[in-house]
Amino acid sequence: MSEVLVVVEATREFGVKKVSLELLTLARELGTPAAVVLGGTGVAQALAGKLGEYGAVRIYAAEGAEIDDYLVAPKATVLADLIARVRPATVLLASSQEGKEIAARLAVKLDNGILTDVVALDADGTATQVAFAGSTIVKSKVSKGLPLVTVRPNSLTPTPAAATPTVEQLAVTVGDADKLARVVQRVAEQQGSRPELTEASVVVSGGRGVGNADNFKLVEELADLLGGAVGASRAAVDSGFYPHQFQVGQTGKTVSPQLYVALGISGAIQHRAGMQTSKTIVAVNKDAEAPIFELADYGVIGDLFKVVPQAAEEIRKRR
Amino acid sequence: MNIVVLVKQVPDSGADRSLRPDDNTVDRGSAGNVINEMDEYAIEEALKVREAHGGEVTVLTMGPDRASESIRKALSMGPDRAVHVLDDALHGSCAVATSKVLAAALGRLGADLVICGAESTDGRVQVLPHMIAERLGVAALTGARRLAVDGATLTVERQTEEGYEVVTASTPAVVSVWDTINEPRYPSFKGIMAAKKKPVQTLSLADLGIAGSEVGFDGATSTVLEHTRRPPRSGGTKVTDEGSGGVRLVEFLATEKFV
Ligand SMILES: Cc1cc2nc3c(=O)[nH]c(=O)nc-3n(C[C@H](O)[C@H](O)[C@H](O)COP(=O)(O)OP(=O)(O)OC[C@H]3O[C@@H](n4cnc5c(N)ncnc54)[C@H](O)[C@@H]3O)c2cc1C
Ligand SMILES: Nc1ncnc2c1ncn2[C@@H]1O[C@H](COP(=O)(O)O)[C@@H](O)[C@H]1O
Repeated sequence: MSEVLVVVEATREFGVKKVSLELLTLARELGTPAAVVLGGTGVAQALAGKLGEYGAVRIYAAEGAEIDDYLVAPKATVLADLIARVRPATVLLASSQEGKEIAARLAVKLDNGILTDVVALDADGTATQVAFAGSTIVKSKVSKGLPLVTVRPNSLTPTPAAATPTVEQLAVTVGDADKLARVVQRVAEQQGSRPELTEASVVVSGGRGVGNADNFKLVEELADLLGGAVGASRAAVDSGFYPHQFQVGQTGKTVSPQLYVALGISGAIQHRAGMQTSKTIVAVNKDAEAPIFELADYGVIGDLFKVVPQAAEEIRKRR
Repeated sequence: MNIVVLVKQVPDSGADRSLRPDDNTVDRGSAGNVINEMDEYAIEEALKVREAHGGEVTVLTMGPDRASESIRKALSMGPDRAVHVLDDALHGSCAVATSKVLAAALGRLGADLVICGAESTDGRVQVLPHMIAERLGVAALTGARRLAVDGATLTVERQTEEGYEVVTASTPAVVSVWDTINEPRYPSFKGIMAAKKKPVQTLSLADLGIAGSEVGFDGATSTVLEHTRRPPRSGGTKVTDEGSGGVRLVEFLATEKFV
């Protein structure tokens, strides 16, 4: 069986990202899963255990400053060489900014089609995508080259299937053209122990109705009780209640968790664009006519400053 | 500095959008069309760079006839001129082909700095900036929330999942911007009047030395096989809080096994 390459993403703090485990799970259905780790020295060693747990039979590693000190161009070059050599059946990346950017460069280098934001991929290469704020489902296919696909986080459940991967170090030979965008500083901003927004299985979001930045503690408290991430509407972000990287919607992140809780959010079409495909949606809003109720599986018409503290108390009681 | 801004006309994201039943392409006829929102931030940033460092700002659009509406709108914000790549053979082009066309046009324009939106609201593919940079052999600084220009050195601050990073490159380069970078200006009456007289050059594929077979449906590297409307979500239970709303909410979460 041909190899299916999974381009791994990891964070310094939590290791292999959940989406990469989802990709390995998907890769097992399509061929022989092989993980590609691109990063600083020693990263493949650090991630090998987890990747093996989810079925990576081989790990291709390209490590060092030549990779780590620049934006995606060197990664794409290493991958293009690897693809030419091993001729994989499929290449899977996360539909994150980095995943899409690597895929973009690969598509041009290989003159190959690319499909982004895929939620399902069949063995014959037919991909399912969700378009236009979740209103349209599209079936599509790469018609030139191999399936080069970026998959949206939370599209499937990652399941372990132990393998003992062999690690192959790749020679990193990148030219000057790949070293044009140099990263001079990386600043970590405290996220605490909350899961990453796009990967979280529970997201609790606050909107303008939350009133001010201080009140967002309520949103955070409920998120922490449910083991979820915190999100925000654009109105909340624009009003300075919460940082922009947590914005959900058309011009923010697209999330597709098991549970989405909308607090003081009206449910404008651009907000829906980022959360419409959540499995279960719950809303608290004092306006009975708020459009968010049109998609909520469970809606409470009421003041969030009463409903949310009571809900938090009830969850604590049930522990 | 010779600055080119990439501007795409897209269906209004606030309206009902769809794909065409006949050929599965984005329906650009029925929905109200607007400038891709993120591109307005790109225009604003280009104007700021021009204000600080001098030079010219050119708007570059690839799109059908009616994309000229968006070109005029863009020009009314303040750019100097525009180039419209217009050719019937372009209909049905994939991102890979679009990047080939835009890169060819940029090559002709000899841009020092290309500024574009981080993503478009219709496809949300986020791939064009890197595809264009790869073709031109220049740097791509993507997702900028801050751009500083110092001679030929560009410094960009970009949001990452773990925080942010600072990235530098020399011109020529492609910079894509996120909507946190600035606040786009509204066109003034004077700007709107002036835009009517600004030069808009139309280029065909032949002008760019690209064959019709390399783009459109013939040259597409991916194909939409079919599309269906997803049935709209229907609202479920709605209760009014009469003192126990929080408890009832948790009861629901418990039946769904979230608590
Ligand atoms: C091109 C474009 C892109 C956009 N992109 C995004 C995007 O990415 N993400 C996004 O979210 N928006 C986006 N928007 C904005 C979007 O249209 C809405 O303006 C925004 O989502 C509204 O946020 P909100 O629901 O928090 O605020 P509002 O619409 O003001 O709603 C606040 C809600 O809170 C309720 N409320 C107030 N007080 C309480 C209380 N004490 N208890 C309970 N409920 C209360 C109110 O009844 C109201 O329904 C975009 C808009 C455009 C034009
Ligand atoms: N047809 C086009 N004409 C001009 N610019 C475009 C076109 N398509 C995409 N762009 C630019 O590329 C950016 C990213 O688009 P995308 O990769 O399609 O999400 C957009 O914000 C535009 O600035």
